[in-house]
Amino acid sequence: MNLNATLIAQTIVFFVLAWFTMKLVWPPIMKALDERASKIADGLAAAEKGKQNLASAESRAGDIDREARARAQEVIAAAEKRAAAIVEEAKLAAKTEGDRIIAGARSEVQQEATQLRDALRHQVAALAVAGAEKILRREVDTKVHESMLSELAREL
Amino acid sequence: MAAEGHAPTASEYVVHHLHHLAAGKQHGLFDITNVHYDTLFFSILTGLIVILFLRSVAKKATSGVPGRLQAAVEFLVEMVDGQAKSIIHGDRSFIAPMALTVFCWVVLMNAIDLLPVDWIPTLGHALGFEYTRPLPTADLNGTLGIAIGVLMLMIYYNFKIKGVGGFIHELFCAPFGSNPILWIPNFALNLIEFISKTVSLGMRLFGNMYAGELIFFLIALLGGSATAFGFIGHILAGSVWAIFHILIVLLQAFIFMMLTLVYLGQAHEGH
Repeated sequence: MNLNATLIAQTIVFFVLAWFTMKLVWPPIMKALDERASKIADGLAAAEKGKQNLASAESRAGDIDREARARAQEVIAAAEKRAAAIVEEAKLAAKTEGDRIIAGARSEVQQEATQLRDALRHQVAALAVAGAEKILRREVDTKVHESMLSELAREL
Repeated sequence: MAAEGHAPTASEYVVHHLHHLAAGKQHGLFDITNVHYDTLFFSILTGLIVILFLRSVAKKATSGVPGRLQAAVEFLVEMVDGQAKSIIHGDRSFIAPMALTVFCWVVLMNAIDLLPVDWIPTLGHALGFEYTRPLPTADLNGTLGIAIGVLMLMIYYNFKIKGVGGFIHELFCAPFGSNPILWIPNFALNLIEFISKTVSLGMRLFGNMYAGELIFFLIALLGGSATAFGFIGHILAGSVWAIFHILIVLLQAFIFMMLTLVYLGQAHEGH
């Protein structure tokens, strides 16, 4: 046990080292630790906020989605209705047109038939007159019986 | 070394290794004219390494993602600060950094013990120093010096927290009571308490490190016997003791720091 001036020197060294640490080591490290702690707290708060934002955005997106679906449904229904109407209209137009064409054709046929009948009547009348002429060569005067012959032709 | 011409005997070897590089001859228990250069050199060297290392980390400390070194130092700082916070109820702006210094410094001083016992004395011898004892904590001057520093802090904080009157009142009226007959016993007991705290703080560390150092000497002597048994024994015992000593190095430093905090914590609390 040789106690000597080393003891006193060691005490002084102890205080110098402790003072140095207090002044130059402890504060920067503590500052860094505190700053990191506050950064982490901020980060956690931001994450929490982000989560809330996400939830609200999701619900908003859901609303928009539902609205869009409803609207699409509406549009589809309207389009279907319109298509049905167009088809109906077209059907009607076609039927009218068809009826018109049929009616036209029918009247044309009728006309033709009338013309043919008239022509045939005249020919039959002429044939009858020619036949009668041959039979009655002499006795019949065409001029006298003109009115009788035309009446006959009309009756055929 | 110790004697010319022949190898040192076992006791000469140990005595040589326990000899300090002193300024002069020691007279009595306390000799103010004498000083141990080796203890001072190695404690200041380790102290400088500790504070410059801590300072270099602290200077680059970032609040962002810390590197491994910074994370390690932060771990230490938070450990010490946590202990200080739980023990000291009051201003810790000096005590907590002081505890960190004490812990790191004592760890590094103790860790010198893990170097092979002949390296530094041999190096010292080569540089012309007859004796070199590198382990500052195996010198009572080294440990008791720090303990006296802690005693001064205890007295300082007692005055600071309780005031001059409060502290003197406590010295004479606690723990037995304020009856004037009890003033002298109270004061004597408080005096003994302060002395015993300081002595036990310094002696505990000194005793552990001194004993550990001595065992390393004995293990080295085993190898020095230059026999196969000695060689293997040296390797085995040296490895086992060194590994165990890692625990002692850290544990004693931790105990030293904790007791420092506890003593200063007591200075913050009235009886």
